[in-house]
Amino acid sequence: MIKIKTTNRYDITPFRSFMTIVLSLFAALMVISIIFLIVGVNPIYAITEIFSGSFGSVYGFKETVTKAIPLILIGTGLTLAFRAKFWNIGAEGQLLMGAIFATWAGLHFGQKLPPVLIVPLIFLAGFIGGAFWGIIPAILKIKYSINEVISTLMLNYICAEFLTMLIVGPWKGKARFGFPGTNNLPDSAILGLIPGSRIHYATLTLALIFAVVLCVIIYKTRFGYETRVVGENPDAGKYAGINFLKTTLILMAVSGGLAGVAGVGEVAGIHHYLGYPASISSGYGFTAIIVAWLAKLNPVYTIISGLFFAGILVGGDAIQISLGLPAATVDIVNGTLLIFLIMGDYFLNHKIFIQFSNKSRI
Amino acid sequence: MLSRLFFKKSIMKKIKCLEMKSISKSFHGIPANQDINLSIESGEIVGLLGENGAGKTTLMNILYGLYQPDSGQININGNRIRINNPVESISHGIGMVHQHFMLIKNHSVIENIALGYKGTPFFFPKMKIREKVHLFSKKFDFRIDPDKKIWQLSAGEQQRVEIIKALLNGAALLILDEPTSVLTPREIKELISILRGMKAKGHMIIFISHKLDEIMEICDRVIVLQKGKIAGSADTKDTDKKSLARMMVGRDVVFNINKEKLAKGKKVLSVENINVNGDKGLPALNNISFELFENEILGVAGVSGNGQRELAEAITGIRPILSGKVKIKGRDITNKSPRCIYDNGVSHVPEERIRFGIAPGLFLYDNAILKQHHLKKFSSRYFLRYNRIKNHTKTIVNKFKVSTHSINTRVRNLSGGNIQKLILGREVSEQPQLLVASHPTYGLDVGATEFLRKHLLELRKQGSSVLLFSEDLEEIFELCDRIAVIFDGRFMAVLDSDDERLCDIGLMMAGSKKI
Repeated sequence: MIKIKTTNRYDITPFRSFMTIVLSLFAALMVISIIFLIVGVNPIYAITEIFSGSFGSVYGFKETVTKAIPLILIGTGLTLAFRAKFWNIGAEGQLLMGAIFATWAGLHFGQKLPPVLIVPLIFLAGFIGGAFWGIIPAILKIKYSINEVISTLMLNYICAEFLTMLIVGPWKGKARFGFPGTNNLPDSAILGLIPGSRIHYATLTLALIFAVVLCVIIYKTRFGYETRVVGENPDAGKYAGINFLKTTLILMAVSGGLAGVAGVGEVAGIHHYLGYPASISSGYGFTAIIVAWLAKLNPVYTIISGLFFAGILVGGDAIQISLGLPAATVDIVNGTLLIFLIMGDYFLNHKIFIQFSNKSRI
Repeated sequence: MLSRLFFKKSIMKKIKCLEMKSISKSFHGIPANQDINLSIESGEIVGLLGENGAGKTTLMNILYGLYQPDSGQININGNRIRINNPVESISHGIGMVHQHFMLIKNHSVIENIALGYKGTPFFFPKMKIREKVHLFSKKFDFRIDPDKKIWQLSAGEQQRVEIIKALLNGAALLILDEPTSVLTPREIKELISILRGMKAKGHMIIFISHKLDEIMEICDRVIVLQKGKIAGSADTKDTDKKSLARMMVGRDVVFNINKEKLAKGKKVLSVENINVNGDKGLPALNNISFELFENEILGVAGVSGNGQRELAEAITGIRPILSGKVKIKGRDITNKSPRCIYDNGVSHVPEERIRFGIAPGLFLYDNAILKQHHLKKFSSRYFLRYNRIKNHTKTIVNKFKVSTHSINTRVRNLSGGNIQKLILGREVSEQPQLLVASHPTYGLDVGATEFLRKHLLELRKQGSSVLLFSEDLEEIFELCDRIAVIFDGRFMAVLDSDDERLCDIGLMMAGSKKI
């Protein structure tokens, strides 16, 4: 008889957790290689192609940074929610809602206000939009104990369909010549780019600032402390007299709000008008879950993990072109990475023994 | 394999008598059962009486095959048998109804019964079972609707489902672990009549309880366990409650006062007629009233599960109070938030420390301010003052001898005793007006216990008052100025600790005497 026994591991050193990440990534790449082999592609070539496509050239790197902006913003917000064990799977919807609010603000006030005022205004509108969409599941959870995984996930679809309804209906722009989509935002509302790239620097700056600020909030403030206590042990939170509703509302407002800001960046920095949901976001809200997880729920580390996953997105585009692989390849790569990262966590927190026991001994 | 065949045959055999001979069992060197003999014959109801931790449940788990005894043997009809697991135990004709029911809430009665029954066919399982359930219900007068879902049933009905499950599997011997603890008085009557019916049909029953009245009413014989040993046994017709109570508590109560007398100070806590529900929505506290003064320790003695936890939680704001008032120094704190009550000077060492007292994944210094983090000392409006927090933590760690290699470690790495010391240190560090301490020394080693008791006396000397919940009577008598005995959500008595009448404390804890 072979018995597998597990016990909790208490001596988690930074080195050990770093090595766990490295080994998990390595194991994931091995599995991804097998998948590449199955579809008849040399895995070493494909993986090299992914990373040289995203980090190997100046053009590729600029694209990587562009895609990292929403990932860092959303990932940062998710670290806060996940710390409180509020499983916010709805960043995609919160991003879109941010984009909707920002577009409305841009179209309404864009002609009347100078850029100095309009740019902060659309960012604020985006934040409010995302926060609004994030607060709904928080209220549902605390007041009616509705599981937040389900509600946030479903709110994604509601928001996406609502956006589609707007762009084919009331908000359809004349400049689109009958195609769905709003009119272009006025020039004053369009975010500046770093020359020669698509990097909208205002959003990038915001992303970096928020990552640092949120890190301070989580580790140094009363609110962060209460968030961590609620996440670690809700009963202890109750015993300590922490106000659940208030804490959860604030943290979901921030988490959703940051996703909303990412939505502003996509609309005002890249597309310049509100189009179909899939073109606005391409799944940033879901990829950011992995970003937050790889960052070990530390907002500052999302800068690194956000760049890493942006690299995979860009590299994925590269191998679509050079190897003729389907677009879903990137999703497979991302999903495999997430599964291995989560499994790695298990091995980090548990010691595993394998026992060869003799049945006669009881 | 041979033994398997033997077991199958033995299903048919009825148990005429069962003996447990000199059973001993220890956990990590701490004896739970020592040299225990128990025998029971067909048509007999034997009571197993004892305080919590006396070893009743351990003994029954051995009989049910959940534990293996370190030594001793079990005989059925004179043949020695070995019970390796509950399945074998059931095949010998032993059934157990646990204190917490093992039923699936969203399934119907009949589905739950079918689940545990070996003869359930793969297809249409309910049809065959339905007849059987009907038969048994009639035979023992169970009165239960087989198509109701479990969650729709009262605790008493759920218990009957458990009993049917055991009987269907051919149980001749039924073990009931604290069967009345979840029942209303009417349901208890019904249970008793069911048990009498089973007895008349030749079943044998082991009835675990700490309530003397029931034991005297139902059982033919009673065995009293105390600290893992048999303290005595008697036929119920030859004994009385008083001598059973004495056996259960283990001694005539000794008054051991080596604490200095202090004059009562001002009134700190007054509880007026509070009613509180337990987790299941049943009343847990019934019109409890008492007062507590400065320089005073009030001990609440009783067998656990009689409302102690609910009382502590109601006072500290974790559990809603349905009616009545709680006042601290004249200020009404009824149903205020836990933080507000803390700010009024009430500290709380919770009973379930791991569940309420700590956030296991956070650092030791984070946990050292769990309830105090909002105080000016430790945080400004927005930011925590980690320098002060760490110094404060170091003070607690040194003063309460929490053994840890650093305060930068996560609390889940600490042992249970050390977590307890940390919580205690945290709760008493701010000089509370009132400390509500539930089983503060439970699980601590001797040195730590002594230190802690001294600290409680020190708090008392400094003018605080302490509400001490404990199952350890020695501790209660050593520390308390007054003692309240709680039973079934009511105070049976509130007496000075040197009151003569407390020699009947065993009777009061078992609900047979009220002053």
